[in-house]
Formats: sequence, C-alpha cells, structure tokens
Amino acid sequence: MSSASAPASTATIDLRGIHHRFGELVVLTGVDFTINRHERLGIVGPSGCGKSTLLSAIAGLIQPDEGTVAIDELTTAEQRLRRCALMPQRDLLLPWRTAIDNAAIALENRGMKREQARERTRPLFERFGLAEFEERTPAELSGGMRQRVAFLRTLMAEKDILLLDEPFAALDSITRSGMQEWLLSALEQEPRTVLLVTHDVDEALLLTHRVIVMSSRPGRIVRTLETDLPRDRPRREVVTSPGFAHLKESALEALEL
Amino acid sequence: MSERPSHSTKGGMRRFLDRYAPPAIVVVITIALWELIIQVFDVPTYIWSAPSLIAKTMQEEFSDLLGHAWVTLSEALVGFFFAVVLGLAFGFLVHFSTIARRGLYPLLIASQSIPTVVLAPVFVLVLGFGIWPKVAVVALFCFFPIVVGTIDGLMGVDREYVRMMLTLDATRMGIFRRVEFPSALPQIFTGVRVGATYAAIGAVFGEWAGSQAGLGWQMLQAKGRLDTALVFADIVFITVMALGLFGLVSLVERLTIPWARKGGLT
Repeated sequence: MSSASAPASTATIDLRGIHHRFGELVVLTGVDFTINRHERLGIVGPSGCGKSTLLSAIAGLIQPDEGTVAIDELTTAEQRLRRCALMPQRDLLLPWRTAIDNAAIALENRGMKREQARERTRPLFERFGLAEFEERTPAELSGGMRQRVAFLRTLMAEKDILLLDEPFAALDSITRSGMQEWLLSALEQEPRTVLLVTHDVDEALLLTHRVIVMSSRPGRIVRTLETDLPRDRPRREVVTSPGFAHLKESALEALEL
Repeated sequence: MSERPSHSTKGGMRRFLDRYAPPAIVVVITIALWELIIQVFDVPTYIWSAPSLIAKTMQEEFSDLLGHAWVTLSEALVGFFFAVVLGLAFGFLVHFSTIARRGLYPLLIASQSIPTVVLAPVFVLVLGFGIWPKVAVVALFCFFPIVVGTIDGLMGVDREYVRMMLTLDATRMGIFRRVEFPSALPQIFTGVRVGATYAAIGAVFGEWAGSQAGLGWQMLQAKGRLDTALVFADIVFITVMALGLFGLVSLVERLTIPWARKGGLT
C-alpha cells in the first residue's frame, strides 16, 4: 500500500491493525494505512462501514479496541487530539456567534482574546471569498457559505491534519460542485494533511491524491487508487476525461455497485 | 418561517392587532357579561362583586393596595432571585459532577411530591414573621422549574458540538462557556419564566401562613370583613404582578438570546 504520487515523503499518520466494535457489532477490522505529510487521502465506502469511526479514532476522540494509530510516533488519544481538527458533515456553526467569531473559536479556545482572534481570522475571509460576510450570523448565510465558514474554522485551529467527515453531503449538487472547487483551491493555498471521508466517489477522486475504498460492515480496505489527475484543469474537463472514468469504474467495482 | 407569507406584507400595527385583538375582545365580553349578570340578578356584593364595584374599590383603596403590593413584590423578587441563583448553581453542579447527578438529582425529583404549600407554616416557625419565611416559600416554588430547565438544557446539548470543540482545543470550561451554557439558555429561560409566574403566588401563600402586611394578608383581612370587592382587587393586583414578572423575564430573554427565535442550533 505504498504511495508513489504523494507530495512529500515524511509519514505523518500510521494506522496498524485497527479493529473496533460497538458492543457485539464489529465496525472496523484489519485496517492499515499510512498518510504522508500534506497528502490528501479519500476514504469512500457504503454507509455504516466505519468511516466516521475511523476518523474519530485518528482524531483521538476514541481509542480503537485493537491496533495502533500513530501521528508522528505519538500514539495516545490526547496527543492525537492536539494534532487534528475535525470538520463534520453538519456545519455546527453556533447561532449566537457571527461568522467570524465562529471561525475564530479555536483561537479563543486556546485562550486568545476575542478581538485578537478576530483580527487573525479576518485575512482568511478575504482570501477565501467571504469578505463582507464576517458579521453575518449563521442564519443569514446560505448553506454553501456556512460550510465555507465551517472550513475556515477548521483551518483556524492551525492543525496540520484536517479530518473532513462528508463535508458537503448536506449541500445540493450544484452548490457541492462549487464547494469542491473552492476547497481544492483553498487546500492548494494552504496545504495540509487531509483525510476526506465521503460516499461520493467523484468527490474523493477530484479532491484527493489517493482513495481508499472500504467494504460494508465490518469495514476493511478493499482497494486503493492513486488519483494522478491533472489538478489545474477545469472540473468538467477532469470529470469527463478517460482517466477519471477509468478510476471511477474501478472504485465502483470495488464498492460492488 | 412559521409565519405565513401574507404577514410579511402587513404593517407592525396590523400584526399587533392580529395577535392581541382576539384575546382582548374575549376579556371585554367576559367582563361585560359578568357585570350584566350581577346587575340583572341583583347578587349581594359580599357574595360576588361586579367589575364596576371592584374597579371602584381599586380606585378608593389604591394607595393601600399599592403599599401591600410593594410588600408582596419585595418578597416575590427576593425569593425569585434566590431561586434563580440556586437553580442555576444546582443545575451546573449536577451537570459537572457525576456524584451530584447520581446522588442529588433523583432526590430533587422525589422532593417534588412534597406539597410546597404545607411547608409554609414550618418556615414561619423557623424563620419568624418577617420577610424570610415568604422568601423561602417563593424560592421553593420557583426553584424546581428553573433547576429542571437548566439540567435538561445542559443535558440536551448535541454531542457533535462537543466533539468538534474537543478537536478545536477547547477545555471543559471552554466547552461549557461557548457551547453548553448558551445552547441551554432557551430551556433555562423557559424554566425561569415558569418560575416567575409562581413567584407572586408563592409570596401570597407565605403571607397566608403568617404575616402583618402584603396582598395575601390584606385578602385574609378583607375576607373576614366580607369585603369581597377588596378580595377581588387583591386578586387583580396579584395577577398583574405575576404577568409583569413573566413579561419582564420574556423581555430579558428576547434581549439576551435573539438567535433563539431563528431556530437555535442547526
């Protein structure tokens, strides 16, 4: 399962023999993989295959029953929690905070004064097309806007590992396409080690360097695809190219669809 | 979203009337019928008083009523204040401490089977005839809805927010301040609002158990003299006080958590 096309060579996340159950239900079995620094890894699989559990285990929100999760050799849940930021499917913006105060919350969590946290967050709003939306409340933003703010909040945690758990699943397909392009350009500007969990094969292929296909429960890895697609082309050219179609066919076959 | 589109085109005055005119009409009709029945059947004033007589009594005894109302209001406010402080403190304790949750919360629920009213004479014995036994009754009346609102609000916080905050370096206290407490506020306010309506009644109960002043005391005196109109005047004052406290809390709520009316957490 070595990767050839990763952008850097230092391994950051290392999973060995992950096995996890909820009561009698085995959700993950024999999961091993490595993610390199600033690599973007996609995980696709059917609902209930343990994708989200896997993210929780990497984030340090849970400790798997068996196996080790190491981030730069650090294996305790607390150590991992300090290295990862999680972006969930729902935007989870706090309605009593404005957009910028939502995005800056991680800084405040670390003890920074509100004003200072806002000033530090403001440039990101300008860079990522959210200028003038800083003082809006979440209720005044569209679904796509809210998801952008949620992503900025994840970025502002200033962690080198981003765990994205179906970040655009709640959006309609047109908004989702726009958000995928936006996220891709944001990540080109701000390279991070990214784990993207999704059930959308196109999304995984478009946004990541490597895609892991998981089986239905108990979740295990059934295929790994290197997505050496051109990143500088418009989306419609990429998704209609023979290379993309080939990768997609291979992923769908692994998913038994 | 809950409003029909036609409402948005109407002016503020129109909306105000839409909302308050129907209950106001019902009240006016009720009072008119009441007056009519008393006049037509010539009911003796010591059995049942006509609205016109009650209004006249209120006018004549206004300064006296106001003085007693002030006594009752002080008792209600001090008791309500204690109930809010203790209710929040107890709610936070149960939220943060597993021991308190397992040891105290079941007892708190069980304690509600004790009728609060019957404790009033006990408070008089222990605390004397001053303001404090009334304050204790009021606090006991208002405490329960506030503490339950606080505990339920804090327990009902979506775990996903907590997980997200943990990955954003939040401490236990940071999660409480930035997520749990604000998201519990609508339910806390519901409890406080219910408590506020109990406060005036609690003070009256406290006065019935033993007092030298207040609307409850005045009511007992008026009853003894068969001054039914004054009894009604006291009831009107107590009702206005309860509504006023309720309105005050609602106002504070609107100002503190404007976001709650737009649907709260997503």
